[in-house]
Order: sequence, then C-alpha cells, then structure tokens
Amino acid sequence: MKLGYYPGCSLNGTAKEFNSSLKEVFAALNVDLEELNDWSCCGATSAHVTSHILSVALPARNLLIAKKQGLNELLAPCAACYSRLVSSQQELKLDEKMRMKVEDLLEEKVTNGLQIINLIQIFQKIGLDKLKEKKQVDISKIKAACYYGCLLVRPVDIALPDDMESPDSMEAIIKSIGGKTVDWNFKTECCGAAHSIAHTDIVEKLCKGIIDNAQKHGADVIIVACPMCHSNLDMRQLNIIKHYPDHKPIPVLYLSQLVGLSMGIDEKKLGLGVHYISTKPLLEKIKSDALPTEVKKEVPAPPVSNDKIKKGVEA
Amino acid sequence: MEEKFEPKIAAFVCNWCTYTGADLAGTSRLKQEANARLIRVPCTGRIDPVFIIKAFENGADGVLISGCHPGDCHYNAGNFHARRRWILFKNLLDFIGIDSSRLYFSWVSASEGKKWVDIVDGVIDAVRAKGPFKQYKKMNKEIEIPVAAEEGVSVK
Amino acid sequence: MKIGVFVCHCGENIGRTVNCPEVSKACASFPGVVHSEDYKYMCSDPGQNLIKQAIREKHLDAVVVGSCSPHMHEKTFRKACASAGINSYMVEIANLREHCSWIHEDINQATKKAIDLMRFAVERVKFNQPLETIKVPVTKRSLVIGGGISGIQAALDIANAGFEVVLVEKEPSIGGHMSQLSETFPTLDCSQCILTPRMVEVYQHPKIKLLSYSEVEHVEGFIGNFKVTIRRKAKSVKEELCTGCGLCAEKCPIKKKALSEFDEGLSNRPAIYVPFPQAVPNVPVIDRSVCTYFKTGKCEMCKKVCGREAIDFTQQDTFVTEDVGSIIVATGYKLYSIDKKPEDSIYKGYGEYGYGKFKNVINGLQFERIASASGPTSGEMLRPSDKTVPKKIVFIQCVGSRDESKGFSYCSKICCMYTAKHAMLYKHKVHDGEAYVFYMDIRSGGKNYEEFVRRAIEEDHVNYIRGRVSRIYEEDGKLIVKGEDTIAGLPVVIEADLVVLATAMIAQQEAPKLAQTLNISYDKYGYFQEAHPKLRPVETNTGGVFLAGACHSPRDIPESVAMGSAAAAKSLVLFGADMLEREPIIAKVDATTCAGCFYCQKVCAYNAIEKKEIRDRLGNLQKVVAFVNSGLCQGCGTCNATCPSKSIELIGFKDDQIFAQINAFAEV
Repeated sequence: MKLGYYPGCSLNGTAKEFNSSLKEVFAALNVDLEELNDWSCCGATSAHVTSHILSVALPARNLLIAKKQGLNELLAPCAACYSRLVSSQQELKLDEKMRMKVEDLLEEKVTNGLQIINLIQIFQKIGLDKLKEKKQVDISKIKAACYYGCLLVRPVDIALPDDMESPDSMEAIIKSIGGKTVDWNFKTECCGAAHSIAHTDIVEKLCKGIIDNAQKHGADVIIVACPMCHSNLDMRQLNIIKHYPDHKPIPVLYLSQLVGLSMGIDEKKLGLGVHYISTKPLLEKIKSDALPTEVKKEVPAPPVSNDKIKKGVEA
Repeated sequence: MEEKFEPKIAAFVCNWCTYTGADLAGTSRLKQEANARLIRVPCTGRIDPVFIIKAFENGADGVLISGCHPGDCHYNAGNFHARRRWILFKNLLDFIGIDSSRLYFSWVSASEGKKWVDIVDGVIDAVRAKGPFKQYKKMNKEIEIPVAAEEGVSVK
Repeated sequence: MKIGVFVCHCGENIGRTVNCPEVSKACASFPGVVHSEDYKYMCSDPGQNLIKQAIREKHLDAVVVGSCSPHMHEKTFRKACASAGINSYMVEIANLREHCSWIHEDINQATKKAIDLMRFAVERVKFNQPLETIKVPVTKRSLVIGGGISGIQAALDIANAGFEVVLVEKEPSIGGHMSQLSETFPTLDCSQCILTPRMVEVYQHPKIKLLSYSEVEHVEGFIGNFKVTIRRKAKSVKEELCTGCGLCAEKCPIKKKALSEFDEGLSNRPAIYVPFPQAVPNVPVIDRSVCTYFKTGKCEMCKKVCGREAIDFTQQDTFVTEDVGSIIVATGYKLYSIDKKPEDSIYKGYGEYGYGKFKNVINGLQFERIASASGPTSGEMLRPSDKTVPKKIVFIQCVGSRDESKGFSYCSKICCMYTAKHAMLYKHKVHDGEAYVFYMDIRSGGKNYEEFVRRAIEEDHVNYIRGRVSRIYEEDGKLIVKGEDTIAGLPVVIEADLVVLATAMIAQQEAPKLAQTLNISYDKYGYFQEAHPKLRPVETNTGGVFLAGACHSPRDIPESVAMGSAAAAKSLVLFGADMLEREPIIAKVDATTCAGCFYCQKVCAYNAIEKKEIRDRLGNLQKVVAFVNSGLCQGCGTCNATCPSKSIELIGFKDDQIFAQINAFAEV
C-alpha cells in the first residue's frame, strides 16, 4: 500500500514524535509513505483568518503536487492540515468562481479526485483486524481517554462517519489493539488552541477542565490525534501545576504512539522520551506484571480454559 | 406624426395560479397597461411550444407564460414539464436565430396579484423598448411571397 | 353555428371603463354571431332570462358572455343555458371585469381590449363540443388509516352520519399518542379521561369495522371506487375468543425482556401484552421477537392458562380487501430520534445532549409517561435512573425543530405549549423543585395558550431562559447542562437531576411509502401535501383521499380533531350523491393515430394512462395504444402537449380551441 504523506509544519516541529511514531507504525504495517515534494503551508493557523483566498489556494497547491506525484490518497495526520485540505478541496469543487481565482493564482488548472485522509481514517482503512494481528504487547493495564478536539471531527459528514458531538471511532481503534478506554465527557471540549499563544491563562483553564474530567473517569493517559491538542494538553500542564498545586500530571500520547507501543516498537523510536509530562510511569504500568486488582481474581483458572482462550484468540 | 408603438402581448396562463392571481389583481383594482391578452389553459403543462410560434405568427410582439410556482402545481408536476420544455424551446429559438428574449416565463401564484401586475407591466415595457417584432413578421412575409407568386398575384 | 353574445355592464363595474354597447355592436359583426346585446346585470334573473329568451327565439347553438371572471359566474351561465336547451359546455366566458375594466383606466383601450377578449371567446366557442359531466358511482364507505384522535374523530363523524367506516390501526390498540399523554394544555384535563370514551364508542359502533394490528398494503381505483388491500398482522390470539381477562400477560414468564412501547421504553412488558389497560380492542398480541415459544419452541404458558383456548401460535398474516369511496389518512407523527447519529440516516442527531446515553435525559413523551397516573411511576415524579424525585429539572425546546443544520427547518408547533405544561405539572408535584426552560421564542398562538404560558412563568415560577444548550453530560449523578442566556449574555451551567428534550415532531418513517401507495404527494420532510394550502387544506391532489391530523404537519389535539371532522365532512360530501359528477375536462386518446409511444404515460402525474390492446376479430394483437382512465385523469393536459402525433387531446382545451384563440390574436 502506497500513501501520499503531508506532514505539515507541526510534524517537523512541536510534534516530531508524532512524525516518528507514524513512520514506525506504518513501516510495521507495510504502508509506504511518500512525502510530497516541496510541500508548503496548509494555511491553517493564520492564513484562514486573514485571507480567505490564501486559505484555499495554499492547500490547493499541495493537492496539485500530490496529483503530479501520481498519488490518489493523501495522509494528513495533523488535524488542522486535514481540515484545511478537505475544506479547500470541497470549496474548489462547489465554488467555480473561487476555483478560477485559485487557478489564476497558481497558474495551473485545479484537478480533483484526490482522497485526503486523517489518522483515524487510515487506521480504519487498513483495517482494525490488521492492527489486532500486529499486537504484541498487552496494553490492557492502562486506561485511555480519547480526546478528539474540534478539527478531527469536522467538517461534518466528511471527516468521520461518526457523531460530531459524541464520536467513538478512536475508542474502536484502541479496543482493537487490546486497550481499555474510559467513558468521559470532554471528548470534544475546546482545548483553547486558538488562544494558545495569546491567552495562555484561558488555555490552562480549559485544559485543566479536560484533564480533570479524564482523570475523574479513571484515565491513565490522554490519547490525541492532533498536534495542537497535544501541545496544549501536554505542554500547558507545566503551568497548570504551577497554578493548581494539587494537579496530578497525566501523560498525553498520540494515537500512533499507543498503537506503536502495542506493536512492541521501541519506545525511543516512538518518541516517548520527549514529552513534557513524563511517560515513564505509564510505560512502567504497562510493563508491570501486577495485574489490576479486579482482574487478579480471575487468574487462578484451570489451564484448560487458558488454552481455550488462546485458541479462541488465534481463531 | 408617427403613432407610438404599442406592443401586443399574448399571455398563456394556468387556470389555478396565474389566472386566479390575475383575478386577484383585478379584485384589488391594481392598474396595469392594456397590451396583454390572456389565454387560459388548465396548466402550463398543457402549453405546446407550437402555441408560442403561432402567437408570434399572429402578430404578437412578446409572449408571456406563467404558471404555479415549482412544487405548487395544481396538477403536481405540470409546471415542471413546462419548465423543461421552455428551456429546450428557448435554446431552439436561439439556435435558429429568433430573438428568444421576447419570450417570458414566470411563476405567479393565486395570491400574487401585485407580482402579476409588475410582471405584465415589465414585459410590456421591455417589449416596447425592443420595438415591433419585425424579424418574425418579415419571415412570415418571406414564407407568404412564393405562395402569393404562385397564385399569380404581383407583390410590390 | 349560431352564436349569441351577451355583454354585462356589471352595474358600473364593467360599464364605467368599457363601452359595453360598443362592444356589443362590434361583436354583432363577428362571423357566426347572430345575436348580440348588452345588459346591466347579466347574472340577475332578468339577465339570465334575456339569454334564455335569445336561445329559444334565435335557436342559438352557443353562447358567449362577457362578464366577470369565469371563476365567479361560469356555473351560473352554464346552468341558465342548459335550462334553455344548450349544452352547458357550449358557453364561453370573456373576463371583462377582473382582467379588463378593473385594471385599466383608459376607456378606449379597455373597450378595445374587451372587444378582443370577446373575439377570442367567440372564435373558441366555435370549436367547443357538447359535453356531459362524467358520472361515477360512489361506494358509500370510508377507510380511515390511523386510530389516533384525528382518525377516531373522522371515523365517528362518518359513522354517526350513517355510513360504514373501516378503521385501520397498525398498533394493537387505537388511541395513538393522545392515550400516552398525562394532561392536556391549556386546561390540564386528563387526556385518557377524555379519550377513552371515544375509543370505546369506536369499538361499539355498529358502523365501524375496527382492524387493529393491521396495515394498508395496496390501493387501487379512484375517487368513489377504491379497492384497498389490508394486511392483518398475526396477533397469535383469536380475537373472537379472547375475553381480555389478562391472565396470559400476567403469567407470561418474560417480564423484563421487552420495553413497553406505550411507556416509551420506561417500563417493561411481557411477550404477550395489551399496550395499556384501557386498550381498544382489549385483545393481547404476542410479540414473536421476544416470545420464548417462538424462539425455542417451549413454554406455551399463555396457552396453558387461557381458559378460552384463544392462543394460536400458528396464526399467519392475512389479507382482506375492502371497497371504499373515500380514504382518510390520519397516520400521525413520531418524535425525532436524537440518539447518536444513525449510520444510514440523513439526520445528524444530537450527540451533545446524550439522549440514549444518560438515563435521565428523556424526551417529551417519556415525561408524559412519568407524569401520568397510569405510567411507570404511577404519576409520581421520579427520575428513571434511581427513582428519586428530581429537585432541578431542565426543559430544552426546539431540539431538532427550527434547526436547519442538525434537524428540520420547521417549527413543531406544540412544544412551547407542552413544555409549559410539563414545567407546570412538575411544579405542582414537586413544590420545592426548580424548573428551567431553555427556549428560542415562545410560540403560543391559540385560544388561552399565551395565558397558559404566562401562568407557568408567573404563578408557577418556572424559569425561562432564552438560549440554546450546547452540551449535557453526567457527573456524579447530576446532569451538567451548559447553555447560554442570550438575554443576560452569559453562559449558564445548571446541575440538573432530569432533562426533558422537546424533540421535533416528524413524519412517520413509512409516510413516503404510504403516499406512493395512495398516489398522494408529500413534502421533503415526509408530511403529506394538501391540495391547496388555504382553500383545500384537508384534500389531497388525488380525489377522494383526505388528510387529518399530524400526518399533514405538526398539530395539537384540537387541530387534529378539527381536521378529522373536516376530512369526515369532505367524505360525507362525496356520499351525498349516488353518482359522482366530474367536469368532463379529461384527456381522450384517438386510438387510430396513437403510435403507442407512451410518452403521455411518462408525463402523467396521476397514473391515468393505461395500455390498451387493439385486437382484430381473430384476437390477434394489432397494436397497443394509450387509454385514459377517466376516473384518475384530472385534466392538466400535459399529455396533450407531449404527444408527438397529437393523438391525445384534452377535451375542453383541445388544440383547435386554443389555436382559434391564438388566430384571433391576428386582429388585435
């Protein structure tokens, strides 16, 4: 399977671990990622609030490159990139005037037909069965809170075949690799990314709310698929600790990192050492032999039934 | 002094919406110009494109067709058929070089007396500005000449 | 052909701007006109006598009257002419009032136009043919589909007028949504107390044939003559033997498996059940999807305890056909399901409100059941999760209504009222409780409706907050309701014990299918379409099919009842005569030139074009031609304009009649 790859700026900067973990995981899944040549900004952060045409033309340029490279599918792991690429593609399809303007700017004809996919969609495409097959490490000892944020579930009807306000497609992926998820309430609550630089106090408050709710429902880790969500939830915890002394830090992992862990990929290769909030306790918990108390009771079962379970799994 | 040109407008209207709307304009005493002559049909779906040709042939300078709004047709879908026919017919007129801008199409419901008056006056004004439909009348003549010649009548 | 022309002055209405004597004079010179006169009031008795006299004296074949709109007095003049011996379709009206005198000021122009209009009519009438109204026999029986309050009302009205009614209900009992309600607005009288006597009346009425647990499968025929096939779903209980003792339901070992439809899933019911104690008919049905016998072949408990041996596991669906003259559709509504977005649905759902996820987020009908004395809590105000009294309750209006992005753009009409009622009922039962209502606008048009809402606010101190709710989630047994107060301009967070969503009323899922069965139209939401929004609100475009209640659009009880009576009245109008008279304006096929292309069939909105085989004497098929079913044809003439060989013509609006008018244009 060959796939176009548009990393975007974050995956070369603040989200390097997202990039490295992705590459590791897809290598293990035998998916070739072909990075776009000379890709440019997707127009996410500032372009779309300052110039509408720029926010359409910038993604259009990247889509053209993909087409020229003979790609039919393009993976945009960053949720903001994904949102811009898809929105631009949609607008060019529906608005002929805009298409003509953009063609003038790019001095090229805009072509359509490229499928843009985000991280959740690519896992769904590969198949949850395949992820299950590749599973080597038991990650059932930790409980994950899946955080979708805003961009991953939008635009409605295009992004995910899921409920925009109450999604659960990420949970399905984690369950397929043997992970446990918590049912919590802040899956799509705003993390304040738009205020990330200017109003850190607001961001801290919003992130604190999200983290508290995840922990309240028993989460050991928050799983994200967006560099913006990650930087806010992970990095801002340093300040949150300062302002809320009783704050218990919680690691924030990319979905690809968790999938990588389940596949037994080396932690360093997955970039698990670069988080602001240490992932060590989490990794130790995964590795610990001690089973969670409620499961422990079931351990002394006759060996016959164990075999049965194993067979069942293989079958 | 040359007499001012007064256009002749033939209007084909459906019985349930536009004819009733025109009745309402009358009941409301909304004044309009007296150039249009209405021909009532049950539904715009009944209107054969030949009616329009015939109207031009008989000296109409403009033809107006009006029926129920899309979706409101008394007969469910007659106006949709009329609309489709109109699009085709207009293209056909353009293709053969007849000024299709003298043909007007509108939706006027039974409650839109005022709208009907505005449309009629608008059409009359527009056709008045265009002047008499000389092109068609000339064509009519061209067709008539050989017939007349055959009969041995000299045409000057 | 001898044509008589009569020009009416209409007092001064025409005469003021049209020189009527001049018009009359001009008409006299038209070819074919043998008589022309003008008179002050043609529609008056002396005026009509003038026409009759002229017909007799001059042996007229046709008459043209220049008067008001044909929509006004066409019938009057046709009748007058018919009484003098002329076929009523040999009369043409020129509209000199609405289309001439009233809209023009210049007398010269108006007179010229009047003469033109008269010429059109004279030329047209030359091509008119004597026609007879079509007479169709009427089956004086009615079919009512749906046994909610609207259908019940329609059935009772028709039956009380002395005509038979077949009432079809898909559920085991009639009663509809109204039977589920606790109290009704704006009087707060008990819903079941006023409905149950009506249900019993239906059951006992000798003229009403009640087919419960049945659905309309197929309809053929036309106005006055419908043949309806009805599927009677297998109840697994012999209706004629059952006494309704209820022992079977009591002894059924499956008590918890099925959710009660009547209690909107808030309680459980056995596999063999009557929906509610007052059900009509009081005959249980077996839900085969949960019944142990139908799953495993064992149990038969109900059969063992039934003293009347009424249980029949082998029963199959049966079909009955009924001949009826009119059909009243009263299939009602359902509530918008706002669970998570269903996969194959176009509806987006309201995942943010957690309906279906949190037990204490309920919809309006569920609240009715909680408030109802016959409900799962016996009328005690207890929330579903832990059966405690909710001390703080939040009502959210317009969930799915007036929301183009996630629901429907229309207003569900009854939610403002029932939410006020709910809040009131709550406050009357929980005196120390707090009730909050999130609203967009309060729409309380109706007799005593606004007063009712003010009462909720002023006397019962319900807190009305103008704004929308963005999210509901559960935390420590409380529902956190996050919304906005748009008047204060502040975000609001309420920790509620119970949330009630006023979800949109939507059309029944099967409505489009039923519409196709009945050949009636429906709008984009699945609501059935009336023939005219103002003047024919209960009729459909298919003759003899009428609408009642919320299957047409969101309606409250009084409106549904009124519409039920209106539909019944429309049926009774049909039954007033033995034969049905219809305008003879229908299409007719010339079989000699018809090539059998059936373009006419493709454009016909009424399925009125059928195929007819032409055979020679030996029975060999010569050709297949179009044939117009005169009962179905409504006379739009689309087929006429479509026919390539002009083999199908609309009688009354034939090509030569219209061409005669167009040709007269040459002299304008």
